[in-house]
Amino acid sequence: MEMTEEAVNNERLQAAARFKAFMIKNSTKTNLNLYDHLVRLLTKVMDERPENAVDVIEDMSRELKGSILPEKQDTLRDSPSSSAALLLAEQQKALFTRAAGDEGDHEEDLVESPLPNVAELAFFFEQAGVDLGREEMQRVFLALKQLVDAQCLLRCRFWGKILGTQGNYLVAEGEFREGEGEEEEGTEQTHEDEEREEEDKDETELVEAADPTPKSTYKPPPPVPKEENHTGVNKYTYFVCQEPGMPWVRLPMVTPTQITVARQIRRFFTGRLDAPVISYPPFPGNETNYLRAQIARISAGTHVSPLGFYQFGEDEGEDDGLRDSYEENPNFEGIHVNEMAESLNLWVHHIQHILTQGRCVWVNVTKKSADDVDEDAEEEEREEEPDELEPEVGPPLLTPVSEDAKMNDTPPWSSMISTNLIPQFSTAVLRSNLWPGSYAYASGRKFGNIYIGWGMKYIGEAYTPTILPPPQNEYPSGPEITEALDPSVEEEQALKAALEEQTAALDETEDLEDEEEDD
Amino acid sequence: MDFESLHYSLDLATGNGLTLSSEQRAALQTSLVILKRNYKFSRVLFWGKILGLKLIKHVLSQINLHHFLSLNSLNCMDWHLLPLATESMIADVALAAQGRFTGDPSHEHTEMRIKGEGDDATEEEVTVKVNEASRLATTVSNIDKDVSVVPRGAFTKSPCGKVQTNRSFGGLDHVEAVKLRNYLHFREPVNLKKKSILEMSHLNPAIDFLDPLSEDVPKGSWCLQLERGSTVCILRSLLWLGLTFFHVPQTPQHGHIYMGDGLLNLDLPFML
Repeated sequence: MEMTEEAVNNERLQAAARFKAFMIKNSTKTNLNLYDHLVRLLTKVMDERPENAVDVIEDMSRELKGSILPEKQDTLRDSPSSSAALLLAEQQKALFTRAAGDEGDHEEDLVESPLPNVAELAFFFEQAGVDLGREEMQRVFLALKQLVDAQCLLRCRFWGKILGTQGNYLVAEGEFREGEGEEEEGTEQTHEDEEREEEDKDETELVEAADPTPKSTYKPPPPVPKEENHTGVNKYTYFVCQEPGMPWVRLPMVTPTQITVARQIRRFFTGRLDAPVISYPPFPGNETNYLRAQIARISAGTHVSPLGFYQFGEDEGEDDGLRDSYEENPNFEGIHVNEMAESLNLWVHHIQHILTQGRCVWVNVTKKSADDVDEDAEEEEREEEPDELEPEVGPPLLTPVSEDAKMNDTPPWSSMISTNLIPQFSTAVLRSNLWPGSYAYASGRKFGNIYIGWGMKYIGEAYTPTILPPPQNEYPSGPEITEALDPSVEEEQALKAALEEQTAALDETEDLEDEEEDD
Repeated sequence: MDFESLHYSLDLATGNGLTLSSEQRAALQTSLVILKRNYKFSRVLFWGKILGLKLIKHVLSQINLHHFLSLNSLNCMDWHLLPLATESMIADVALAAQGRFTGDPSHEHTEMRIKGEGDDATEEEVTVKVNEASRLATTVSNIDKDVSVVPRGAFTKSPCGKVQTNRSFGGLDHVEAVKLRNYLHFREPVNLKKKSILEMSHLNPAIDFLDPLSEDVPKGSWCLQLERGSTVCILRSLLWLGLTFFHVPQTPQHGHIYMGDGLLNLDLPFML
């Protein structure tokens, strides 16, 4: 009997072992096995000792199975959005990589490069307290190098920075070689003129069909022709970009009307080149043109250099007013810094002054240009008021800065020395009070100009916008519309009587004639 | 801005083009330490720089417990106390001071004020004289009242009314930093009391106890830009041209500085 008991035990053990093996077998679907699951479940019941365990056992089992699932990440992941910062950084990264074609041009670069030494400029201006931040200046430097590589410029200069409400402009001034850099003729203006002509024609056709309304007797003044490329106001070409690393946009040439209107309006820049400029008098163009006009005014008003740095070429004409080019004086030895800072005689303008007409060289338009609006006297230099046909003359090139006129008792320039403590290495700095933000420095044989500001002139008093011209009188006087008193009854009867007499007289004469003929 | 953080914050606020030269910075660091000890100030802020016609004045403001003092200097080394700006002084300066600052502290601006009363025709001519120091003091106080800015959350107000810096201010994040309503004027709130209860329901009384910039009139008198590759948020005031406020998002760094000619831009509505 013992044998059978052992045998039975053995059988039981084997059966248990077989069943356990069955339980441990992993499920094909979920990779769990029953044995482990029951172990965990019962451990949980032992730990928690819930009430009415038998009723909640199924729920516990389900929870347990659910909690075993590994937490996977959601398969939907946010793709990394390219923020504006990232885009800008990628564009600026291009600044720091050398272009592939640069390897072979080493020698040429070292000899003569149109690239200005912006780092030196930044150093000197920092002594004066004018700076854009060192990293920013470095990026500007590299961006200028990009510009010079892209366009074949004879000379290039960092002109400055103009701040706007939504974005800023970095401006570079470039000069092309002779004959290069011609851009396509702006078809915008002609297109607008054509549109306007067509509209006028439509209107006139409709109008003539009905009662002719009186035509306006206003004749707009003839537009002043713009100056040629490479001369006068358009001597240099300007490129702007919003941030260093972004592509440089070339600004179009400026026309005299744009300059005259820019003198009368006062607006902030927005930072977008295609923004419209809504103002009175209406500005012919959008922000691109307004920017170009302000740049032209600032350059003409505040670009100065030490006396003697530039001189007139020897083969120039004799007329003072027509000299418009200068060249560097190779014999220039620097003027001492103290003298430069004290006397304004030693600084001269090297950009031509812009006349009231909006050009540098006066042009005789056949009719007298009627200025309908009052112009504030915003000119710095004295001018002769243009009479009927007398030419406008501005001060000649290379006039000293001490001849600039004051505005409202503020002297037009303030000068200072950068440091009093180490005078032998200091720089003389000139600050413009008429265009706040314009600075010039001179140190030894070097000098530089820069403008960092909002792009507006200092008026000195509150700005008054130009007043609208008075509207035209309604109708030109004529017999059709002049009022007259209606005739009174007696007058009408008298007239009627007179008419009857006349007709009676006529009838008699006719009768007489008939009778005569009959006879 | 705090003078302790001056050497790196000045770099962040240079968008306007004006900064201090390296010599001035060095002088400033030295003199401010001495000044702090002499006057026993707890916190020193470099307020900014006003360009006069002849000379340039640097202005400092100090906070000493409850007092708020301003000092000015021409060369960043010798500092002189400015008079406190009282209301009568402000009124006088508003009348008398026209044109630019000259930079000469003893310069006097004069203005004739004619008091006439219409039919009575009793005209008295009152000459109002204002010297440059008072003009400077009032300008500083006006600028502070109009355009000093702090980010929302940088200061907290305890229920008993005390305003303190918020030590756990982690900075605005990039999304919030470009919205103008997250920046507040640091002065006695003017518009807050006029708000209806409905509008105030979503404000947090501990943080939103100052006027936000988005309610300034005229709209658009602040220009908000991200500079340096969007790492710094710069606010420029168009009302006082030259005031720059910077804030580095996600960090508690912020500050404002005024570098300009000290003139209010009255033509702002025409220019926008």
